[in-house]
Amino acid sequence: MPHVCIYFQVHQPLRLKRYSVFQIGRDHDYEDETNNRQILAKVAEKCYLPANQILSDLIEQHQGDFRVSFSISGVALDQFSRCQPEVIDSFQRLAATGCVEFLSESYYHSLAFLFSPQEFVRQVKLHEEATYRHFGQKPTAFRYTELIYNNQLATALGQLGYRIILTEGADRILGWRSPNYLYQAEGAPEVTLLLRNYRLSDDISFRFSNSFWPGFPLTAAKYAHWIHEICQRGDIINLFMDYETFGEHQWAETGIFDFLKALPGEILKHKDFKFTTPGEAARALRPVARLDVPNFISWADTERDLTAWQGNSMQQDAARSLYKLEELLPEGEGQILKTWGQLQTSDHFYYMCTKWFADGMVHKYFNPYASPYDAYINYMNILDDLTYLIKNG
Amino acid sequence: MRILMLGWEFPPYISGGLGTACQGITDGLTQLGHEIIFVLPKVLGAINTARLQLLSAADFSCPLYTEELEPVLPSKPQTIAAELKLLPIDSPLQPYFSSAQYSSRPHIDGLATAMDGDQLEYVASPQAGDYGQNLVAEVIRYGMAVGSLAMTHSFDIIHAHDWMSVFAGVNARLVSGKPLILHIHSLEIDRSGANVNGEILEIESYGLKQADHIIAVSHYTKSRIVNFYGIAPERITVVHNAVSQQEARRQRATVGDKNIKTVFFLGRITFQKGPDYFVEAAARVLQIMPNVRFIMAGTGDMTRQMVERVAELGIGANFHFTGFLKGKEVENAYAMSDLYVMPSVSEPFGISPLEAMSYDVPVIISKQSGVSELIKHALKVDFWNVDEIADRIVALLKHPVLADELKDRGWEEIKKIRWDKAAEKIAEVYGRAILEKREAGG
Repeated sequence: MPHVCIYFQVHQPLRLKRYSVFQIGRDHDYEDETNNRQILAKVAEKCYLPANQILSDLIEQHQGDFRVSFSISGVALDQFSRCQPEVIDSFQRLAATGCVEFLSESYYHSLAFLFSPQEFVRQVKLHEEATYRHFGQKPTAFRYTELIYNNQLATALGQLGYRIILTEGADRILGWRSPNYLYQAEGAPEVTLLLRNYRLSDDISFRFSNSFWPGFPLTAAKYAHWIHEICQRGDIINLFMDYETFGEHQWAETGIFDFLKALPGEILKHKDFKFTTPGEAARALRPVARLDVPNFISWADTERDLTAWQGNSMQQDAARSLYKLEELLPEGEGQILKTWGQLQTSDHFYYMCTKWFADGMVHKYFNPYASPYDAYINYMNILDDLTYLIKNG
Repeated sequence: MRILMLGWEFPPYISGGLGTACQGITDGLTQLGHEIIFVLPKVLGAINTARLQLLSAADFSCPLYTEELEPVLPSKPQTIAAELKLLPIDSPLQPYFSSAQYSSRPHIDGLATAMDGDQLEYVASPQAGDYGQNLVAEVIRYGMAVGSLAMTHSFDIIHAHDWMSVFAGVNARLVSGKPLILHIHSLEIDRSGANVNGEILEIESYGLKQADHIIAVSHYTKSRIVNFYGIAPERITVVHNAVSQQEARRQRATVGDKNIKTVFFLGRITFQKGPDYFVEAAARVLQIMPNVRFIMAGTGDMTRQMVERVAELGIGANFHFTGFLKGKEVENAYAMSDLYVMPSVSEPFGISPLEAMSYDVPVIISKQSGVSELIKHALKVDFWNVDEIADRIVALLKHPVLADELKDRGWEEIKKIRWDKAAEKIAEVYGRAILEKREAGG
């Protein structure tokens, strides 16, 4: 009986304001608050609120047969609490159905694991606490920023008590093998891996409204048929995508919400199929093999590696400079620690990416800066001011 | 295809970007197999390229007007190769002359002076309302001579560059019935801001209306032609300038004292180039980084004002004026620079940032320039935003990784901006214009 496992990522970065070299030492407020509020309000209205309502209805309609999971970054949770509390409320209503699992991640949607193991642990704990506080769940499954993963990450998370990790079903780690099974993590045998079926996931998140795509127009029935075709060739089909796909990346006018409303019914027409969450899947299914992932993978761009955030020398310099500050940080939980955490959000590095020509369009769409150079300059100015603050108390 | 090309500069007789562009265009077109008769005011010395004939219009004065013309220097048409002719017309005209400079200069040494440098020396005066009759008269005279030349040469299309070739182009079309393409590298409203010369504006406007099709060096210039001159956008095709393969093959090397960082401005010191914003930004940078050297190269009607402002700001110890730089000096200046700034107020294209990039110098350019449409790996600023310019200068000098990233990616980028590609677009414009003329029964 193949399982369909849907997980949605919810994240909104805390965008930085334009900060010039002349503000260093004078202006210690880095956030572009107006822009962040506006974007959050827009995405809440176009995506989070209507999509949550649809999921709520679907769960009721299918009486427990439709199940789904979320990971909401701490940066997004903070912003919802501050500006859009009704979004938190609607996620809490979903949590209360018992059909929705919440996953853990690093609180600031960061790259901390690459630079500071202790900071990574701190952020995982922070996020666990926030998930429990908001949704009453203690997560057992983990997904790292943009599905970044390697063997060491599995080891570290295994030590923190995690038993499930979600990552990308990248061709280069799978080779001839299929993403439609559970795997065991090399370096942490107790950890089960769920691999994203990137073709089927991207059919929705990237290609849904692309009229040049042979699959266009994509109906729920057509898509369910593709899923059903996998019947004898897999245990689990992992559809992992950004939640903003619904109503924000794919506008309501494309019919994406109607697709979402109809999909569970179409998939459940085939009696061998059922919906599952990562935790349930790990209990019900057994891994088929051990998967060795010595080098980092992710779900980003065509390379599916770290180059979207650490591909050029500006990105590396910015991250190095940021984590160098760790040893200078004052003791205790102050505003400086919080600011330092917020500056770790991976989006800040993503904006500095110079891979313009192949993946440039996606990068450009999400980028508040005109160029990666502007992003780097702005970020380094802010980092200079934070350094000043730390050194001058 | 055989092209009658009408211009005012051609290397080595150049004073600015127009000549460089004309060479690139003719190189590209001849590589595609087209033949070019290039008519210049006057040709001195030999030019050797494959399919380009440089001719002097001096030998082709229109009989009707012969008696009105001043005596001209005899000059033989120089045929360098079968496909390329360069025809000189004897005239001291330069594209960026003001009337005052024009009249203060003996006609005969005009071109010789222009040959001294490869950078714009003469400028349109902001008080240009009193253009002498001579300048426009020269333009008309050149036009007549080209008309006469057109009778004795056969060609398929006429390609005229900027306002000074307008009458020549229109006359050549009158005589031959071939389509006229007007290539706009610079507009009077860009060069002179609010103090435009009415006569030049009229000639430009006349040419833009007369031309069968217009080529603009940027979308920026195209939109200005549409908005200020009322030309329908479908009559204008944008063809960006490019980088010569010679420049792209240049050795990547920088020299100089690397203990002190050098920020470079090169261009006419005039309203159009925004030198005042460069000076103000320098003062802002020096507040934060005292050990930076600023160099302003070029001359122009704002030079004195800039020197005074530098003194007033008290930054003279770090701010140097070199005056007009020539060939090798320009190369040296680029090589010793850490950063090139082009804060132009209104720049139809602006080829100098591409040059700087070819010398491995990262660039800051104004968003109000045509070249900013073409290159991605540059820092782009609003020319009026002095703090933003200063912020970018500091960042580039402070973070070596930023400078390196811009150099490496910029280098890759300019290698791809080739004249043969620009020439292909130009050839398409020719083809369409000829077809339209034929369909219109012309």
